[in-house]
This record gives sequence, C-alpha cells and structure tokens, in this order.
Amino acid sequence: MKYVNEFRQHELAKQLAAAIRDEADPSRDYNLMEFCGGHTHAIFRYGVQDLMPDNVRFVHGPGCPVCVLPVGRIDEAIQLVEAENVILCTYGDLLRVPASGRKSLIKVKAAGGDVRMVYSTQDALRIARENPDREVVFLAIGFETTTPPSAVAIQQAKAEGLKNVSLFCNHVLTPAAIQNILESPEVREIGSVSIDGFFGPSHVSSIIGSRPYEFFAEEFQRPVVIAGFEPLDVMQSALMLIRQLNEGRYEVENEYTRVVNRDGNLKAQRRVADVFELRRSFEWRGLGTVPYSALKIKQGYQAFDAERRFAIPVVQARDIKGCECPSILRGAKRPTDCKLFGSVCTPDNPMGSCMVSSEGACAAYWSYGRFRQPVQRSA
Amino acid sequence: MNAVVKRFPLRLDTHGGRIDMTHGSGGRAMAQLIDELFVKHFDNALLRQANDQAAFDVTAGRMVMSVDGHVISPLFFPGGDIGSLSVHGTINDVVMSGARPLYLSAGFILEEGFPLADLDRIVASMGQAALEAGVPVVTGDTKVVEKGKGDGVFITTTGIGVVPEGVRISGDQARPGDLILLSGSIGDHGVAIMSSRENLGFETSIESDSASLHRLVEKMVTTAPTIRCLRDPTRGGVATTLNELAMQSQVGMRLIESDIPVKSAVASACELLGLDPLYVANEGKLICICSKQDAEQLLPVMRDDPLGGESRIIGEVVEDPHHFIQMETLFGGCRVVDWLSGEQLPRIC
Repeated sequence: MKYVNEFRQHELAKQLAAAIRDEADPSRDYNLMEFCGGHTHAIFRYGVQDLMPDNVRFVHGPGCPVCVLPVGRIDEAIQLVEAENVILCTYGDLLRVPASGRKSLIKVKAAGGDVRMVYSTQDALRIARENPDREVVFLAIGFETTTPPSAVAIQQAKAEGLKNVSLFCNHVLTPAAIQNILESPEVREIGSVSIDGFFGPSHVSSIIGSRPYEFFAEEFQRPVVIAGFEPLDVMQSALMLIRQLNEGRYEVENEYTRVVNRDGNLKAQRRVADVFELRRSFEWRGLGTVPYSALKIKQGYQAFDAERRFAIPVVQARDIKGCECPSILRGAKRPTDCKLFGSVCTPDNPMGSCMVSSEGACAAYWSYGRFRQPVQRSA
Repeated sequence: MNAVVKRFPLRLDTHGGRIDMTHGSGGRAMAQLIDELFVKHFDNALLRQANDQAAFDVTAGRMVMSVDGHVISPLFFPGGDIGSLSVHGTINDVVMSGARPLYLSAGFILEEGFPLADLDRIVASMGQAALEAGVPVVTGDTKVVEKGKGDGVFITTTGIGVVPEGVRISGDQARPGDLILLSGSIGDHGVAIMSSRENLGFETSIESDSASLHRLVEKMVTTAPTIRCLRDPTRGGVATTLNELAMQSQVGMRLIESDIPVKSAVASACELLGLDPLYVANEGKLICICSKQDAEQLLPVMRDDPLGGESRIIGEVVEDPHHFIQMETLFGGCRVVDWLSGEQLPRIC
C-alpha cells in the first residue's frame, strides 16, 4: 500500500524513538494533546506510547465527532423519527450513542423507526429520490472534514429540485474547540491540567489548512504540529513538538506536508461558505456552550434545513450520572479515572459517547490498552 | 401418442418465472419446484427416494452435527454466492471437530416474487459445491413467505459427520506453550462482500475465499491426531475466533502482526473503509492450535494443500488470567486484540 506502509515501518519507529529519548529533557514533562480521535486511535492501535519515554505523555482531546455531540441533539433526532416519521440517515457510529431515557437511534430503529446507516451524503440523496413520498433527514455530524460533502449534497438537492430532503446540521469547528480548551480553568489554573503542545488534525487540516492554528499558537504560546494519522507521523510530530518546547518556540509546523498546505482546500472552503454560516453558539459535550464553534445552514438554502422545516423542540438533556466523558473530552481526566469505565460502561454497552466510537478515548483504552493497567471496578 | 404421462405439463419457468405463495403450499407447484429445481441440482439416491427424511446407516464412533443459517446480502458476490457459501460454511463447521463430513440438509425460506432464475443459479451452485466436496444434500425443506417478509432467500444447512478414532479436537484444549497456525491470508471474504454492496462503490479484484476445508482437515488430522483446537474464523474474523478459544481454554495468546498474511488489496480496502482485517470474515481459512512438535509436522502438510499454501505460525498460547489476546504490532508496540463489539464501522472524520 503506497503512502501507508511507509509510515508504519518498525525500523524507522525505532530510530525516531531513539531520537525522542535523546532530545526529551528528563527534568521536565511533555504533555502533548492529540486533538483528533484519529490520532488517539493510531496511538493505541500501534502501541505508540510503548515507544515513548515516560515523561512524554499523550493527552486525548475532544476531536471525535460522535463524542462531542450533546445528548440533547440525539434526543432531538429521535423526536424527528418518532414524531415526524422521517427517514433519518446518519453515519454508523452515531446509532449506538446513548440518548436520554435509555434510548439510542439503534433502539429506535429496532422499535420500528426508519433510521438508516449511510456511508455518505450521496446515499441520503439517493434514498430521498427513491422515496418521494417520505421526508428524508440527514443527521450531519463531524468537523471540517465532513462538512464539504454535506455542502455538496445540499447544493445538489437544490439544483435537482429535491423537495423531501433536509439536513439536521451539527457540524462543528476545530479551532474554536482548541481555543476553548486552552481557555478552560483547568488549563489556565496552574497545577490542574497541563497541555504543553498540540498535534494538529490531519484530515481537518487538509480542508482548512494550517493557517487557522496560527492565532492560538501565538496567543496561548503553545506549539502546534499538524500530524498525519499514521504512527510514524505521530512520532515524528512528537519529536517536532519536543524540539519546539526545548527551544522555547510556539509555532505552527506541518509534519503532514504530503497532504496539508497553509491555505487548505479552497474549492471545498468555497462550497462550505456558500451553504453554511457560523452559529452564534453551540453546545458541545464536555466543553459546554462554545461561541462561534459550529455551523448552520444559510438563509438561501433554508428549505434544506431540518431545524427550520420541522418544529424540533430544544432538548436540554443530561449525561448519565457518574459518566466522566465531559472531563475526558477536555483532557482533564483519563478514561481509567471514571468509575463507570470497564464496569458498567464497555463498548458493548456504552454509557457515554467516548466509549462508542473507535476514535473515542474510552473505547481506545478499553479495546487496545487495558492490559496496561488493572481495570477499575466500581464499589 | 406418447405413453409416458408427463408429471407437469409445463416446465418450471426458470427464466422469467418467480416464486409465488403456491410454491410453499405443499401442492403440485411445490412438488414441481422440488422436482425440477432442487432434485435436479442435488441429485442423489437418498433424495430421489422422495421421503420426508433421509435414512442411512451409521458407523460406530462419535458423530458431530452442526447447523448454519445464511442470510447474506448481496446473494451473489465475487468468488461465490449464498448457495456455495451455505454448503462450505456447514461442512467447515462439521470438520473443525476433525470429522469426516457425511451428509447435509438444506432448508429454504423464499420470499414471494423471488426470481426462479436466481434460485436456479443458487441451487445449482449449492449442488456443485456439494458434489465437489462429496457431501450430498439428502433432505430439505422449502417455505415461502409473503413479499416484504424475507430478503429474497434464506438458507439453513445442517451437516453431520463422523470423527475418527482417537481425535478429541475442542475449543477448550489450548494450553500455554501451544502454537497458533493460520491457513492463509485473512479478510478476503468480508472485503469481497463489501465491495459488492452497491452503496460502498469501490471496486476490487478480491474474491471470496469461500471453500470447503474437509480435505485439508483430513490430512491434518491424519498427520497429527493430537491437534488441540480447530476453528474457522468466519464472522468477527481471526480476532473474535481467537478470543473465543482463549475464553474456552482459559488462556491468553500472543500474536505477531507481521506473521499474519493480509493481501495488499484487502489491506488497502480495509484502510480505505477504516476496518481492521483481523475482524473481517473468512470462509475458507482455519486456525489450528497444537503443540510445537505437531506444528512442525503440520506446516508442510498444510502448505502442500491448495487451500493451505500460505499457512503460517502467527503466535503462541500463554498463561493469562485475563484471557487477553495481545499482539506485537508491525510498528513494534503492543496492543490488545479485543472482541469485536457491535459492528465494524467506517470512521467518520
């Protein structure tokens, strides 16, 4: 496999590990947050932590699209299915996320609700064409990577004159979330959570470029290295972050040059700008209400906005008691700090969103890493 | 005038015809379907007796019996179809005990409106697979459900076989120090199925590995009657099968990722879809757990068989109270290879 196997070579990993051990200053710690679930997944799947010295630690961030969607939004989607009898299309992982009242989309589907797992927005358009008598809603989630396909689908639906399809928009923005984490009291107050540098997202950055990170690297004096999702990418980027920290620099550097440039994918950005605009605020699981951190559909495409088309009651839902997903998403706690982890909350029976997706920190800990430490059992 | 009265004046229309409710009603239409389609393709002496059961002599010893329901979508895929799969799957389940397979039964649940041409193709493929394996389908059943209450065709097959004297293969026999053998590259079947699902829209040259493993197993059991465990890593893939065996035998396992063969086309497809080949289904591979001495004897025998050409040792059984499957990754780290939870899904971002 070209562009994949080259980035998983054991020999190169050993050389990088040696370089990291040489350059990491034993008198200090390096707490490096990987924002993206894709990095979390790679770190666990390939056992990257095993190759790092003890004082270089990965702090898992909130960059898992399924994990950050608040329970209330899933409750609202369930309402659409149950009350409005729509065909609800969405990406697979979301089906298993627990909602209020012990429901989830997969349970709603089993009870007769028309919920369909799709692989792309194009599937939702196809379903709309095939079911002209039914309302089809695409439950759109994800960061900047999944936004362009949503924009394209809406543009297509308008061009085709499709009347029965709309999008329930939950697209969120990466830079706003990173900034929110850096402004959180846990990071600001000394001695609570320390984050010394960031691995920048790979796929997201292929769309938005590296420029959007420049502001907070400067403002918060934290280095950012945009890193590919392969394990060697992660290690090379860790070395680049360590070098910046050792030299007292806080710049945006790009390790993932084979895909990402400074300006990103301008064509995709234009499509997104045509269809979407900023929301004044949006609730994130874990981060709370974050200003200008999400997108909504522009006036010109309002016919395709499920929030305008249906009277969706706003649901204020709470996470399950004891679930530490919010703190885990901010990097303030580790999965093993949660009392539910591994006792009642497992990938087979997830209580919180971080246990659902393979990109979630809890699922990654559980699936790949739990032999490292004894599983916590609640009393 | 022709002296022979034709049983059915018009032949079953296996070109444009479709299954309707009369094909399951027990009347003449059903009799014709059995005669002109099922008996035609499965033809054997026991079936031709046209009884509600097949009667045959049994030999002394341990018999094994296994059942498998097949509900696959799509029905036809690169390298096979639901018909051949339903024969291979059940034969493989029978022979993973070390048994010699003897007979099969087949139960069909057909959906009203299902094209007879497709059914003909499926049953012909089953007949061919049974013939090649030398394991006849000796009894069967057909039911028809109303349109919308089935998914074209569901096939349930049952197989029986006889275990040779002295063979005690079982999932609970693995012991620390044993070696884990795998008969070839993984993930072919699952990727072939996924590539033929229309909404994924990718093309690959990969074909399903669907095959009957009885000849390979027969040679293995003759070479090393003391094999501890055999299992075919179907649904849930190698990862799930090894977890089952570890749980049954109350042991742990250590795998070496670089020793597990994955075709590059399968690896690429999995990469694209965000899947792990360890969890992708196989239909013509087996996992064997045996002592080191047996492994040395078995490997050349397995590699000599057309279905075991790429046989490898992929790891060993260890003591572990947690019954974890741990794997040394290609990258040089270590991780748990867990049970599959839910379904493997492509990642979003």
